[in-house]
Amino acid sequence: MLEQPVGRIRFMDEQQVNLDGFAREAPALGLVALRSPADPAPSLRVVDGVVVELDQKSRDDFDTIDRYIAAHGLDLTVAAEAMALGDVAAARLFVDPAVPRAEIVRLVAGMTPAKLARVVAELRPPELMMAMTKLRARRTPSNQAHVTNLLDDPLLLAADAATAAAYGFRELETTVPVLADAPSNAVAVTVGAAVGAAGVLVQCAVEEAMELEMGMRGLVSYAETVSLYGTEGVFVDGDDTPWSKALLTSGYASRGIKMRVSSGAGAEVLMAGAEGCSMLYLESRCVSLARAIGAQGVQNGGIDGASVAAAVPRGVRELMAENVMVMARNLESCSGNDALMSESHVRRTSRTLPILLAGSDFICSGFGSIQRYDNMFGPSNWNAEDIDDWLAMQRDWGVDGGLRTAAPESLGELRTRAVEAVRDVYRVLGLGDFTDEQLARAVDAAGSKELVPTDALAVLDAAQTIRSTGLTALDIARALHDTGHDEAASRVLAMVVARVQGDHLQTAAIFDEDMRVLSLVTDPNEYAGPGTGYEPSPARQAEIDGIRQERGVEDLRVSQSSFAGGFLTSSGPAAFGTDPRDVVIGVSPGVGRSVWKTLSGLLVVDVLQELLDGLEEEGCRARIVRINSTIDLGMVGLTAARLAGSGIGIGLQGKGTALIHRRDLPPLANLELYSMAPTLTPDMYRLLGANAGRHAKGATPVPARNPYTDEAIEARYHTSVIALVALERDCVDPAAAPEELRYAS
Amino acid sequence: MSRAFSGKPADDLTIDALVRDELAPDDVRIHPDTLEAQAVVAERHGNPQLAANFRRAAELARFPESEILALYEALRPRRSTMDELDALADDLAARDAPRCAALVREAAAAYAARGLLR
Repeated sequence: MLEQPVGRIRFMDEQQVNLDGFAREAPALGLVALRSPADPAPSLRVVDGVVVELDQKSRDDFDTIDRYIAAHGLDLTVAAEAMALGDVAAARLFVDPAVPRAEIVRLVAGMTPAKLARVVAELRPPELMMAMTKLRARRTPSNQAHVTNLLDDPLLLAADAATAAAYGFRELETTVPVLADAPSNAVAVTVGAAVGAAGVLVQCAVEEAMELEMGMRGLVSYAETVSLYGTEGVFVDGDDTPWSKALLTSGYASRGIKMRVSSGAGAEVLMAGAEGCSMLYLESRCVSLARAIGAQGVQNGGIDGASVAAAVPRGVRELMAENVMVMARNLESCSGNDALMSESHVRRTSRTLPILLAGSDFICSGFGSIQRYDNMFGPSNWNAEDIDDWLAMQRDWGVDGGLRTAAPESLGELRTRAVEAVRDVYRVLGLGDFTDEQLARAVDAAGSKELVPTDALAVLDAAQTIRSTGLTALDIARALHDTGHDEAASRVLAMVVARVQGDHLQTAAIFDEDMRVLSLVTDPNEYAGPGTGYEPSPARQAEIDGIRQERGVEDLRVSQSSFAGGFLTSSGPAAFGTDPRDVVIGVSPGVGRSVWKTLSGLLVVDVLQELLDGLEEEGCRARIVRINSTIDLGMVGLTAARLAGSGIGIGLQGKGTALIHRRDLPPLANLELYSMAPTLTPDMYRLLGANAGRHAKGATPVPARNPYTDEAIEARYHTSVIALVALERDCVDPAAAPEELRYAS
Repeated sequence: MSRAFSGKPADDLTIDALVRDELAPDDVRIHPDTLEAQAVVAERHGNPQLAANFRRAAELARFPESEILALYEALRPRRSTMDELDALADDLAARDAPRCAALVREAAAAYAARGLLR
């Protein structure tokens, strides 16, 4: 009989993390992160300037990858020195801030793939972070977005591209659910990006030859979908060889187009071609090959295979180690955090956080700037759902994750300009027409499910026309200019004019918004410990800090004053009551002056009405007194109690916190207390009033209980609490006596 | 200052020129000399392989797009015979593209050894 596990386990089974698959290490299948028994020991033998043995393999046994790396990927002048270094000794150099990046780059150029994998495997998580901080090529970190949708809708693509650019992404990557749509998507995203900001690089990830063709025409400005694999079998299955990739790499450069290659753990495992090797070793071969063929950068960190790596022990650490290998080989790192690797928010954050903190050339090689369902690469580890989280994390840690807040009040106008630009370009170039209704929906839509159904054939027609007429970026710039989109026209033109200079072909290049190239050459990372390396400029820091949800005391003062009403008027100093049924409600100094609304959203006067009603139910006579000398709730309540004929007082702070006090108790004691102001309801205040009446009559009521919530109630309200307390504090006059308030409901 | 493939100075590549119909695709195409200059920069920044890539690119920069695509296709696995690759390499060498020719020759030898010829 199968016994059911206990409730605790059943409950834990229901949590999101248990939707994830976890694999036992299986080296034979390549399901092993950092080291497998089949990984070769590092070795290098050179005879007369020719590599005759590489990682235990002799020249005659070289596969195509070994062969290319042996011929082009190693600096033989430094190889003997580098290979002689112990793994731990070399790993320490990666971490030591006193050892400059250039020294690591020099040595690693002489390390074989197996050697570099062994060295990087020595780095523990904080050491990987140190290594990444020091070794990334570009000083200024950056980020890349995915911009796609289910329908390949050009209007929404343009609006979302402009939005992504406004949020600070410096590379936008689109792709297609329908391959033939690609040129239309490329044009729409290029136009939208140009409306959003200057200097945003755009790519359209499709099959190699089509991607190159679109690049040559300037419909896109960089390429990334040039895949490398760690074993020859998988490489050839991918219909390429190191030489074809090398030629392709040169093909892009020959037209002044930025490109990087893609690799990453898991790809070989998924194609059953890992040959029993660890993910880190296979990826080290990819990274060596990337350098050998002359690519300036690598997208890795388990791209499509991220969840494969994440399924095995130390897999997430392996993903980050992949990025560090790229940096150590002096290449641009576009560091994964791409495909969603877990259903658990905790795990996906854990996977990304070290890289966000350390900073990378591109922290995400595809942050889904659109909603999960619109991401045609599959959902990313970070999506539109998470943009505000990302901005908050940047602000929490004071780090530059590449994003900034797009002003909400100007986003509608920006998106409108983007869709109008695409409409005009499509019309002028004979690519199609759009209705005003389509435009309006695309501007407002948070995703493609909110659009007017698109005519799929219209997109296909547009794409075919773009391809068959040989449309180029010049035609797009001209069309933009002729329809009055001058700024976007100049920006599209600037991206192809930059090709003539070619400075963005250097390692880790992006354009800033003034079209200056930031790269290994112009913006080198020179981190050498605290006080060195990248620090956001004051303007950039202000962007990171100034999220749209930020509030100050002045905001709260304005908000509170909008609820002001003349319901409470002073009628002079408060007297001592003598009636045994006299109960005094003491309110804090700001009530009726600057504080009008409690944290639960109830107006203070409504709270007072509930308390009065509760007291009346018990036949008590109630007075309201403002305690002017303190904001301390205990003292407010005790002062009220001492004024009351019954000796029972209620203390109420403007934020809604309330208690019942008795004249003979010490200040910090009380009879009953509501400390959770945000969750209090009218009924609860009425009960508190009634209970105060019962205490006044000498009864012992069942105490009112604080409502319980498992929400992050303090996170939600502490900012308001601090501001409310500041408003109350401004009203304190230590010398002022309590004053009686007249209340008119 | 850089010149475009067409010879036009980079400073002349303006939106006004575009509107006057004075810009053609070759005016926003990189010149082989610029790639050579970028190769020197890459070498100075610790990446001779990137420099080599730029130098191959400088050779390809003179070729039409269709030829680059065809060259790529020829180098994919099992697309070409040894004779075809040899002929391709000879042709490249004859057209002042020695680095690309060397790449093709090297590929041919590797493909022969690893069964990747057609």
